[in-house]
Formats: sequence, C-alpha cells, structure tokens
Amino acid sequence: MNWLLSLPELVLALCALVILAAGVLQKKDEAFLPCAMLSIGAFVVTGFLVAGEQDGIAYNGMFVVDAFSRFIKLLAIIGGVAAIALSVGYSDGRRRLPFEMPVLVLFSTLGAMVMASSSSLMTLFVGLELSSLSIYVLCATERDRPAAAEAGLKYFILGSLASGLLLYGMSLVYGYAGTMDYAPIAAEINNSGIVPLGLVIGTVFIIVGLAFKLSAVPFHMWTPDVYQGSPTPVTAYMAGAPKFAAFALILRIMSGPFGAMSLRWQLLIEVIAALSMLFGSFAAIPQRNIKRLMAYSSIGHMGYAMMGLAAASPAGTTGTLVYLSAYLVMNAGTFGVITAMRRRGHEVTEISDLAGLGRNNPCLALILAVCMFSMIGVPPMAGFFGKFMVFAAAWHAGLYPLVAVGAVSAIVGAFYYLRLVKVVYFDPAVAPFDRPAPSVSFVSVAMGLATVLFLIGLGPISAAAQAAAQALAS
Amino acid sequence: MNSAIAQIGLGPFLTVSAALLVLGVFGIFLNRKNIIIIMMSMELILLSANLNFVAFSGAFGDLSGQVMVLFTLTIAAAEAAIGLAILTVYFRNRGSIQVEDVATMKG
Repeated sequence: MNWLLSLPELVLALCALVILAAGVLQKKDEAFLPCAMLSIGAFVVTGFLVAGEQDGIAYNGMFVVDAFSRFIKLLAIIGGVAAIALSVGYSDGRRRLPFEMPVLVLFSTLGAMVMASSSSLMTLFVGLELSSLSIYVLCATERDRPAAAEAGLKYFILGSLASGLLLYGMSLVYGYAGTMDYAPIAAEINNSGIVPLGLVIGTVFIIVGLAFKLSAVPFHMWTPDVYQGSPTPVTAYMAGAPKFAAFALILRIMSGPFGAMSLRWQLLIEVIAALSMLFGSFAAIPQRNIKRLMAYSSIGHMGYAMMGLAAASPAGTTGTLVYLSAYLVMNAGTFGVITAMRRRGHEVTEISDLAGLGRNNPCLALILAVCMFSMIGVPPMAGFFGKFMVFAAAWHAGLYPLVAVGAVSAIVGAFYYLRLVKVVYFDPAVAPFDRPAPSVSFVSVAMGLATVLFLIGLGPISAAAQAAAQALAS
Repeated sequence: MNSAIAQIGLGPFLTVSAALLVLGVFGIFLNRKNIIIIMMSMELILLSANLNFVAFSGAFGDLSGQVMVLFTLTIAAAEAAIGLAILTVYFRNRGSIQVEDVATMKG
C-alpha cells in the first residue's frame, strides 16, 4: 500500500479544504480574490507534484499512476487554472461570484484526477461523482440568475441519470466478471474466451454513462442549455477538465478491461463519433448565442477526439490525447474572448455583439480568429495537428466511412467558425466592449499564443502522448 | 456463500433490480409534473444498482460489492442534498418546480 503515489491528490484535497475554511473566516465580499489566488497556487503545487510522480500502483490495485494519468492530470490542471483566472476577471464587475467557486473547481479537478488514475470501478465512480457533483453546484453559483439555476437543475437531472446508468452497468460488470479491478476483469475476459451477454450489456451501460459526461450524441441534449446558462468561467471549465477525465476513463477501460472485446464495442463508438461530428457541425449553424455555439462546437470536437478511440490502437490514443491538448488551448482562448464580451459591466453573449471587434479591439479579434481557424483545423494552428493525427489513425485502422464523415463535418463546421470571423472583421461595428480585466486578457493572449505556436511544443506533447498511449497499451 | 441467496438463486434479485431500473428511467422520462418525482426516480435507479451489487457480492462471497454499496449510499445522499439545494435556488428564482416550466432556453 503505497499512499505516496496519491500525494498530488492528497495535497490538492487538503489545500481545497484549507482554502474553504479560510474563505469562510473572511468578510463575505472580500473573500473571492484571495481564495482564487490561493486556488491557483494549489493547482501550481499539485501540477509540479504530478509532473514529478513515479509510476506505480497503490491502494490494492485501485489507483494507478502512469504516463497516461500524468498527461490527463496536467491537462485538467491547466484547464482548472485557466477557468479560475477567467473567473477573477469575470467577478470584478457588477456580477460577483462567491468564494466557493474556485474551491469547487479544485474539488472538481480533484475528482478528474482520481478518474484519470482509476484502476478499479470503485475509484472510477467515486472520482466521477466528486467531479460531477461539484460541477452541478458550479453551474448554479450565480444564485440570483434564473438561467443559471435552470442550467444547474438540468445538468443535475441528466447528469445523475447518467451516473445511475453507469453504476448499473458497473454492477452488471461486477456480476459477470466477479471483480471490480481492471486487471482481473481483463484477465477474466481473456481467459473465458466467450463473453457473457450480461457483461456486454454492462459495458454498453458504462459507455452510455460516460458518453453523457462527454456530451457525445445521442446523449448531448443537456449541453447547449447548460453551457448557455452557466457563468462563463464555469462553462470554460466544463468544456475542459471533466471532458478530459471522462476521455481518460473511456480510453482506459476500453483498452484495459474491455480491450479484449473491442470488436463488440468498436461499432458503437464509431456510430457515436460519427453522429457527434455531424450533429456538432450542422446544429451549430442556426445558433445566435456564442456560448450555445461553443456547446455544439464541443459536441463536434468530442466526436473527432472519439475517432482516435474508435481506431482502438496506440496511434489512435496518441491522436486523441494530442487532440485534447489542442482543444484545451483553443477552447480556453475562445472562452477568454467570450468572458471579455461586456458592455458597461453587463455580459453580452450574442454573436452579433461581436461585430466590429476587429476595429474596436484588434488584439481580442485576432485571438478569436486564431482560435476559430484552429477549431476548423487550418494547418499552422493547434487544431490541425490533433485532427491530422486522429484522421490518420482512423485511416490506418481501416475506418474509411468514419474518416469520410469526419471530413464532411469538418467542412460544414468551417462554415460557422468562418462566419464568426466574418462578423468580427467585416460586419458594421456596434458599440465597443469594456476594457477586459487583466486576468482575462492574460488567459486569452496566452492561450491564443499557445494555439499559434503549438508547432513548437508539438514534439514534446506528442512524445508524452505516445508514452501515455504505450502505458495504456501495456 | 450467503444461505438466502444460495436457496433462491440470483434470478429474483436481478429481476427486481432490473424492474427498479426500468421504473426509475420511465419515472424520469414520462413524468411531466414535479421535479421532486424525478429525484425520487433517480434514487430508484441508484438503489437498483445497489441491489445488484449486494446480490452478486453475496453470491460470490466477495466483500468488495458491499463496500461499493456503502460508497454509493454516501454518494447518493450527497447527490440528493445537492439536488434539493439546486432545486431550492431554482424555486426562489422562478416560484415553481413544474417540469414544463424548466424550458426558458431554446435553440
């Protein structure tokens, strides 16, 4: 029992509890900023601990640390830091967020980290619930805004339904494999040769539950409403860390315990990926609200990332991980710009409000344009490399129809991303936005630069992704 | 081996839990009235999974299923508390917890 392997999680949990207590002891209006700063500090410390972790298995085989878990944890931590930094800028105008918000982001990221390290269905479920329960509350943090409460309620109902189905699937898998740890389940499936029907049904339930969390079609219906209603920094967070963690789970269980029955679930994943890509591009076209648009965009991106999973090969896993890294930076950059969309302290979220941004604030406009081109997959930007790797992996795995569907939806998706660029640069200008808060500018510029200069970091990132895929395959 | 499960077998347990699951899912999708009923249905789904875990655990003589149930019960309690809290916030804003009122955002 080597509990030191979970040191980053323990440190993060302790920090979150201490920050929560410190926040309660301060005056109500002044607690947010110190708590947010402390939370960012806690994330930085945890990030260094994660980067320096040793590989190993702890807690009687329920908790695993390897290159894959490190990769996902670092992605989740960067997403969390970006969301808290955005919330600092979001909260200093007329709208105030409570100090619990950064603390809940810490807890949710903690859940995501436990999910990334899970090697037993028990850790999987506990981590998933820690992450989800925190996000339900985060959605409804702006208590006096009806849309936020409605978003929280919707996400709560559909999210708990997904957790329930996932748990039922886990109980069936437990029943037919006789154990909850991944390695014995894999051994059981490999040894018995025949796969009992109950195990297949359980696997399908688990895939459904995780697809809910990933907002993949046909389990996406909560996404647009929740993204639109939640406070913008929370939306930025939801589009990042929890999705990476859900991807970590689905990649790990599909290559580990259920890897031997890949023929039985591959088609299901292919269909989900194809539907997500198509729906994400076509349903986004009529949208007028930019947060809603980003919801459809994220549905589509999850579809592309799933293409790597459908390939069921180390190259596919590498592609998915690189895609998620690219998605992290371009998504955070876009949400930085969305957080900056304010007029006289009021948030505006219509796409038409962006008109004239190219003249009023060339820097923000450029960042938005860069992120949009990256989401389309134009070569020098981050998104291109992710798309290229998942398409290549799917092609090598012989999934030609899926590649064709992906190409079609990438072209359709280009239409609405380019429309945003057109509104920003060519539509008649409307009133300019307020000067963005320093932290919002910082996040947008940093993520915009990371999107453009992704090529420089591509070597180390893909090397780390390859190591992660190897760790998963072995 | 648990004697009760050995006598009647796993079948009845699994049937009851499957019935509970179906009841819960239909309770969520067919109910057009009150959000509290949806929350009750969600508890049913979680309990159906718990029943499965306990039944399998008894049949195998393996304790991890029962440990899992303890975790699940705790999580279900936290989930119910958070759900009711969000529902309270929602009620304060809208003055209603009817299901058909939860639809201000469209598109």
